[in-house]
Amino acid sequence: MTDLAVIGAGPAGLAAALAAAARGVRVAIVDSATEAGGQFYRQPASGLRSRRPQALHHQWRTWERLRDGLAGSGARFAVQFLTEHHVWSVERDSDGFTVHALLGPEQRESVAVRADAVLLATGGYERVLPFPGWTLPGVVTAGGAQAMLKGGLVVPGRTAVVAGTGPLLLPVATGLAAAGVEVAALVEAAGPKDLVRHGRALVGKLPEGAGYAARLLRHRVRLLSRHTVVRAHGDDRLTGVTVAALDTRGRVRPGTERYLPCDTLAVGHGMLPHTDLAETLGCRLDGLTVAVDDEQRTDVPGVWAAGESTGIGGAALALAEGHIAGRSIAARLRGSEPDPAQWASAAKARTRLRKSAAALDAAYPPPAHWSDQVTDDTLVCRCEEVTAGAVREAVDELGAGDVRTVKLLTRAGMGWCQGRVCGPAVAGLAGCELTPSRRPFARPVPLGVLARQHDMATEKGTS
Amino acid sequence: MRTPLKLADAHPGPAFPVTLDGREIEALPGQTVAAALWAAGVTSWRTTRGEGRPRGVFCGIGVCFDCLVTVNDRPNQRACLVPLHPGDAIRTQEGTGHDD
Repeated sequence: MTDLAVIGAGPAGLAAALAAAARGVRVAIVDSATEAGGQFYRQPASGLRSRRPQALHHQWRTWERLRDGLAGSGARFAVQFLTEHHVWSVERDSDGFTVHALLGPEQRESVAVRADAVLLATGGYERVLPFPGWTLPGVVTAGGAQAMLKGGLVVPGRTAVVAGTGPLLLPVATGLAAAGVEVAALVEAAGPKDLVRHGRALVGKLPEGAGYAARLLRHRVRLLSRHTVVRAHGDDRLTGVTVAALDTRGRVRPGTERYLPCDTLAVGHGMLPHTDLAETLGCRLDGLTVAVDDEQRTDVPGVWAAGESTGIGGAALALAEGHIAGRSIAARLRGSEPDPAQWASAAKARTRLRKSAAALDAAYPPPAHWSDQVTDDTLVCRCEEVTAGAVREAVDELGAGDVRTVKLLTRAGMGWCQGRVCGPAVAGLAGCELTPSRRPFARPVPLGVLARQHDMATEKGTS
Repeated sequence: MRTPLKLADAHPGPAFPVTLDGREIEALPGQTVAAALWAAGVTSWRTTRGEGRPRGVFCGIGVCFDCLVTVNDRPNQRACLVPLHPGDAIRTQEGTGHDD
């Protein structure tokens, strides 16, 4: 039994764990990876013995502080760090919470961690909208290319195109280039004016942007703004992409198509939050994100949330939110009312960073007419191999008006990934908003594990 | 030539052999199945259940399940998550991985 279970060892989870532990809270961090850091501070596998991991990172000093805090926190109780714990459910009962996690890469055994309070710092994952050829080997998500580089010190090929929309594309392009990949182009759907229009709220972000611009220049990466990938080519693997210019309304300008040879396409269209655990706990969501108050509390007593799950905003925002959550938890677990004046600077940072996150979100919308490029034979659901034509038939001829009905008619979203990858595309093709999908478990669970849970629950009930 | 290992100034222990469909390839300590296969120039190690199309890494963080692979006769392992050990036998997974 611990006081607080923190789910996720990224910036939000670590900041919260350290803030709470420093105030006498017994903390267990539960994370699926082998090292702390989450996606933003993903570390090279220890066996690779990297002496300069900071070459792959930004804001390294912040990471050093988090890492050192975790190692020797100086708190009354050391922070317990449970690695390779893949959390599939969190249950609430009369005397606290049970965090259920599958162990190790095998994920055949489940363990339970008991806690009085839970912080959900589950982060996010990338949205990728489909286009012809996007299932070819060599096409990876932008974040995936970065994760493999940071964690495994590997790159997917020799020549890459980085494409899509959003602030993640810049570090991915410069990171791949620094690691020796020839980056043929950075293809960004947003135009320079889209950024300027939101410039006021992005003031703090502009120096960062200027740094990337210099690095793109140094690596001779061509920036094609207001462009999009219309097709990936190849038989059994990627050999090149066709890119085209977009007009001001986001439609492909006819006659602007050109072919770029490449063996890698790193593509992404922004981020989505992981909210499965919050949903099963019954936390209120605001659109796609977990709703929290000024203390980062959800509306379920004992459950806090911080970082990308409460709104995509980047590592600095996640740190501020995590810090506030940790201090709030420490006070509330003692039964006292926290004093927000104690975290005033974090709250100020949170306000500012949420504002710039909203501006970035507005500046980098998914390309408005992306579905124009999606031919009927393009796969939308990668797991169940459901084509755009099948989804359109379900919508146009069978009357499906939402993602769930499309799923029942076509199997789109019924595969291994549980619709995480195809959800945005299916919603777009069905002409409806993407809504939370209310998955009962946050990841696939072996039936044997579920059966044992049932046995244990039954035994408890009869004894 | 710039490489990720040089960029991060990595000094891993000696490479060890694993096999991909019986062919020997080298892996570095700590690398996942996907990382070792990328380093060996391999980008696909699965064919889909329906159309038999090749797949490899897509999301790279365990979300998409596109990189499923058979390791030591256990199918449906996510190559991007599973670390390699000396002598591991990786096999291209066809369909559900349960047919062969």
